[in-house]
Order: sequence, then structure tokens, then C-alpha cells
Amino acid sequence: MRAFDIDRLIDDPRTRIIVCCGSGGVGKTTTAAAVGLRAAERGRDVVVLTVDPAKRLAQSMGLSELDNNPRRIEGVEGTGELHAMMLDMKRTFDEIVEAHSDPDRAKQILANPFYQSLSSSLSGTQEYMAMEKLGQLHRSGAWDLIVVDTPPSRNALDFLDAPERMGRFLDGRFMKLLAAPAKTGGRLGVKVLSAGFSMFTSVINKVIGVQLLRDVQTFVTAFDTMFGGFRERAQKTYELLQTPGTAFLVVAAPEPDALREASYFVERLAEERMPLAGVVVNRVHESSGLSGARSLAAAETLNERGDHPLAASLLRLHAERMQLSAREGRLRDHFTSAHPTVPVAAVPAQPEDVHDLDGLRQVSADLAANSAA
Amino acid sequence: MSARDTDWDGVRLHVVTGKGGTGKTTVAAALALALAVGGRKVLLVEVEGRQGIAQLFDTPPLPYGERRVAVAADGGDVYALAIDTEEALIEYLEMFYNLKRAGKALSKLGVVDFVTTIAPGLRDVILTGKASEAVRRKNKDGSYVYDAVVMDAPPTGRITQFLNVNTEVAGLAKVGPIRNHADVVMSVIRSPQSAVHFVTLLEEMPVQEALDGIHHLGESGIPIGAVIVNMERSPVLPKGDLDAAAAGTLDLDQITHGIKAAGLEHDADRITAVLAREAADHARRTALEAREKARLADLDGPRYELPLLGDGMDLAGLYDLAQSLRNQGAA
Ligand SMILES: Nc1ncnc2c1ncn2[C@@H]1O[C@H](COP(=O)(O)OP(=O)(O)OP(=O)(O)O)[C@@H](O)[C@H]1O
Ligand SMILES: Nc1ncnc2c1ncn2[C@@H]1O[C@H](COP(=O)(O)OP(=O)(O)O)[C@@H](O)[C@H]1O
Ligand SMILES: [Mg+2]
Ligand SMILES: [Mg+2]
Repeated sequence: MRAFDIDRLIDDPRTRIIVCCGSGGVGKTTTAAAVGLRAAERGRDVVVLTVDPAKRLAQSMGLSELDNNPRRIEGVEGTGELHAMMLDMKRTFDEIVEAHSDPDRAKQILANPFYQSLSSSLSGTQEYMAMEKLGQLHRSGAWDLIVVDTPPSRNALDFLDAPERMGRFLDGRFMKLLAAPAKTGGRLGVKVLSAGFSMFTSVINKVIGVQLLRDVQTFVTAFDTMFGGFRERAQKTYELLQTPGTAFLVVAAPEPDALREASYFVERLAEERMPLAGVVVNRVHESSGLSGARSLAAAETLNERGDHPLAASLLRLHAERMQLSAREGRLRDHFTSAHPTVPVAAVPAQPEDVHDLDGLRQVSADLAANSAA
Repeated sequence: MSARDTDWDGVRLHVVTGKGGTGKTTVAAALALALAVGGRKVLLVEVEGRQGIAQLFDTPPLPYGERRVAVAADGGDVYALAIDTEEALIEYLEMFYNLKRAGKALSKLGVVDFVTTIAPGLRDVILTGKASEAVRRKNKDGSYVYDAVVMDAPPTGRITQFLNVNTEVAGLAKVGPIRNHADVVMSVIRSPQSAVHFVTLLEEMPVQEALDGIHHLGESGIPIGAVIVNMERSPVLPKGDLDAAAAGTLDLDQITHGIKAAGLEHDADRITAVLAREAADHARRTALEAREKARLADLDGPRYELPLLGDGMDLAGLYDLAQSLRNQGAA
């Protein structure tokens, strides 16, 4: 197994973007914040783009106000600076609209009920807007290092796939069909399609009512100049992720599902030629010393004698921990044997949630300790 | 009708939600088993298309149809249904508009994409609509087909939106058939025949999500059921020892003594140091769990506790969880 060296990564000035991905709840947000903090304390000017920080973590970083702009975090030691922001996906969407159409048209789009429902609930929007924001932060040139957290999706791969899917959808034939059925149907000259299509509009009309269809059509007409743009933007950020200045950190929990997701992701990164820096197995339970079996046997001995109940309980606790640790170790080994060249790091589970800079510092120190070990 | 009092007599639709990974699918299945005990017929529905129920019961993927997946103690039946949005949409079009063929053609044109992507509100009406249809479905003799329906629902972050289909749809369709349909669904979900249960772990984020979810759902007038604390660990140390472990004041000499007495003469001091460190971690962890539990204490409804099954989940474990739910009055 290769040990992952976080300090080499963040000390290298060529590292400009670090993306933390993985399946839900494994510690992406925590890892992103911890890595950002460590990089800042080692002298870099860092911005961390978080998506859904735990309430107390957000509060302790002064992120309780969501304003879609980086804020400077107080309490960072050392020469660098740490800024952090929380993604506001609807705001980001609005900003794209505002930047790419004249004020009147933008106003018209933003007020459209269909746009409003789309911009807050179209699936993949969060992923798309996270990538969009990353692109913006990168283009601004204001940051020495950008650390990105990814949306809480069940599938880690959604981060890579959803923006493209959404772009395709927004730019797609389907939306245009909606706006101009007769014209498009005629041009395609496919009789079945246009027959199907008129049935489609009539069903939509019946089911949802004529008003929604009208909203959609107004929206599509106003949006017309922006079609094409979405896919292109998604494509650009995608390419940014393939450049050598980018590093992916795949975060996983020492559990079968999370490690399986991590595997998929690692394989996918290789296919896409996206640079993988390493896999962080977060919240592991390390233990050492007396084996679980011997510990349990010793506890039994004490129990039988009715002696030393405290020592017996502690031995039992230790045995459980050794078992857990062994189980997690096996899962990790399984992963490393399938991916022998991927650098892996383990971060111990803290007894409590990570909710302030000290907690983050602990996580990043634990992460850094992997390269020494 | 029921031989014993339970917390949910009269409730026929149980919706189980919670933060991702807290055990929604597992708890929903255990609850279905518990409700089926004694010859009742219960339907377990899944709405996220992940075949979690089939995995849990170790059966091949469920087709779009109601299949018996388990038999409860004393001969009740648990049926399962994985609702497929596309099939349910076509069924819906057929039922309300006599549009079955159209439905098939539409799905080729990407209408289903339209429904699922652009207007998740519509997708939710279809899913909740199917579930409430099962709740209301009757036999020829007028009795209900299912004594209860248990839904393995979307996670807490989406639950209010998911169940509150009326408001969701209202933004898109102010009048018309889909709106009427949404109204019927809503009348089932809002009635005292329904209850939404929240599964949580004793950890910060799951508890926060449960509290927020209960708050939001309460505001929309949907009946809140129980909080189910899942994967609870049994206490290992008495309170006095926990306090001492947290404060770092455990009597180390006594522990070393005990370790030697257990035959581990060699290395006893090192072992003691490890044990004391682990005890301190354990004490902090236990304190955190107690704090999270206290945050749940102010809630009105019942609270059930399900143990962490040490050997992982299997069918036997699922039956144990069902029994535990029954012992606590959930069924
Ligand atoms: N009481 C328990 N003891 C031990 N393991 C459990 C228990 N409850 C659930 N699990 C395990 O925890 C994991 C998550 O459970 P489950 O799939 O039911 O959660 P979920 O909330 O439905 O997840 P998702 O949000 O992904 O749908 C599974 O591996 C399950 O076997
Ligand atoms: N190493 C760790 N030790 C203890 N708690 C952790 C650790 N890493 C993450 N957590 C906690 O786990 C929860 C989920 O972490 P989070 O970073 O929000 O996950 P994600 O962003 O992947 O959904 C948070 O409450 C966080 O404090
Ligand atoms: Mg997160
Ligand atoms: Mg599930």
C-alpha cells in the first residue's frame, strides 16, 4: 500500500485545485475544510467551497450566512489565509442568467415560474452549480488554492455526470420541441415523432394544464440565447478537472458500500484521465496491543471469578474495538489489493463530531501522520 | 380489532424517513414484519428505485408488482412493492385518461424524463398516489386489502417536499386533474390514518436532520409518528466509571491489578494505558450520545430504540428488530 502524503500535495505550488468527493456522509465536507485549513496554515491562500456543512461546523467558521461569496476565517495560524464559502445553487444559477442575457430578459427569466421550479429542483443542479462556482473561482485568479467539497449525493459519480446530464437536458432537443413543436417536428420530418408529439402536448395540457406549458414556452424562448452555453460551460470545467493542477481526494468510510463507491470513482477518474491524489478512509477505529481474543478471554476469567469488574469491562470494550478495527482493516486491505497503486490514508474517528477549527486541525494532523507512518 | 394496544391503532400508512444511511429501509422492513404479526397483511413500499427491500430480504429484484417477501410470526404476510416511476406514470395515465398506449409512446419521447427531472413534484404525486391507492384499496366485501402500508421513504432532506405534494403541484398546476389527484393523496397523508416516523442515530447530523424534519413536517400539518433511534449501543460501563474515564481519574493501579489477575502479567502497564485511553474515548462518545438523546427528549411522540446488531444485518436480525418494535408498543 502506498501512503498518501497530504503535505507534499498542498506544499506543491502547482496544486491549484483539490476536489473532495465520495458517497454521502463519509466526511467530504470535513476533509475539505481540514485540508483547506492545513494548507492555509502552511502558507497558502486558500478558498474552501463547501456545499452542506454540518450546522455547528458552519457556525464555527462563520458560515451561517449563506451569501455565495468567500469569507475570511478567523483563527488561522501561520502565514496563509483561509477563506470559505457555502454554495448557494439557486443564486449561482441566477448569476449565470444575469451574466448571459440583457437585464430585461434576465428579469423575465428569473420571474418565470417554470424557471423558479427548475433552478431549485432540477436534479443535478447542485452538482452543476458546484462545478460552475469552481470554474468562476478559478477564472477569477484570486486564489492560490481552491478546495472543493461536493454535493451530498448517494453516488459519488454524480459529481462528474450530473452537470453534463443537466447541460444536455437544458440544451436538448426536448426543450426545443416543447417550445416549437410544429417547426421542429416538420424539420425532422419524422411522422411518428410529430404524431407522438402532438399527443404529448395534448397529454401535458390535460394533465398539468395549459398554463405550465405556456410558462415553459415563454421560458424557452427567453432562454434561447443561452442554449448551448450550458453544455459548453460544463465541458470547460470538466476539462479543468483533467489538468495537472487538479487533485482528487476520494473520501470513504471503512464500510463496504462507501469503499465500493470509492472504487468506482477511482476507476472512473483513471478512465477520464483525472488526477487522483489519494483515497482518505475516514472515521477508522484504530487499536493496538492485546488481541481481541486474548482480551475477551481475560475478561471471561475475571467475570468467572467475580473479580475486578472495571478491568473486565474495559477488556471487553477493547476486544470490541479490536474486532471493529480488524473488520475495517480487512475492508481497507481489500480495497488496496484491488487498487495497489492508489495512495491511501486513514483518519481515525474522533470520539465527537468535528465542529471547530481545533477538530479540523486534529483531522488534518491525523491525515498528515499517514505519510510518516 | 387488535388484540393488544399499540401506539398506532388506526394508523394504516406508516412513512419511514431519516438521514441517509440511518437505517430507513431496515426499520421500515422491521416495522412491516412487526405489523404483520398475527395474521395481518402488510405492504412494504419502496419509492427510490434502489431495490433495497429485495437486498434486505435476499430475493431477486422486485418487478413492478406486489410480491410476498416474508411471513411474520404467527402467520402474517409482508408483501413488497418497488414503485417504478415510469410504470406508475403509465398506470396513472391509463387509470385517469385511458391513455395506456399514449403512455408507452410518451415514455419513448422522454416524457418520463420530463416528469422526473423537470417537475419532481409530479413524480412525487405519482409515487405517493400509488401508495395511497394501496392504503385505500378494498376487497369485494368492503374490507381493506392491506391492514397497513409501510413506506421506505426518501431521506429527511426531501421528505416534506415529497409528502406535501399538494403545495408542490400547486405551483405548477393550479387546476386540472393532476391537482385533483394531488388533493386526494393529500387527504390520505394528512389524515390520522398516517404517521411519519423518523429514524436517527445518536449523532449530531442525523439528530439535527430529524429535528428539522419534524419541525417542517409539523408546520405542514402532516402527522408525526415516532422517533426511532437505530443502532443504539448497549452501555458497557456504569456511570461512575464513565465519569472517571472522561475526567482521566480512573484508578489505573486497580486496573493493572485486574489485568494481572486475569493472567496478563506481562505488559500489564502498557495494556492499562491502552485501556484507559479507549475508556476515555468511549466516555466522550457516550456523553455525546446522551446529549443527542436529550435533544430528542422534548419531542412529543413515542421513541423506540433499536440495538446495533453486532454481527451485521441478516434476516434473523430483522426479525429481532421487529420483535423489539413490538415489545416497545410500535405494533
Ligand atoms: N440495528 C442495526 N444494527 C446493525 N446494522 C444495521 C442496523 N440497522 C441498519 N443497519 C445497517 O446499516 C446500513 C444502512 O441501513 P439502511 O440501508 O437500512 O439505511 P437507509 O437509511 O435505508 O440508507 P439509504 O439512505 O442509503 O437508503 C445497512 O448496512 C444496514 O444493514
Ligand atoms: N474523523 C472524524 N471523526 C469524527 N467525526 C467525523 C469525522 N469526520 C467526519 N465526522 C463527522 O461526520 C459527520 C458527516 O461529515 P461530513 O463531512 O458532513 O460528511 P459529508 O460531507 O461527506 O456528507 C459530521 O457530523 C462530522 O463532524
Ligand atoms: Mg457534505
Ligand atoms: Mg434505504
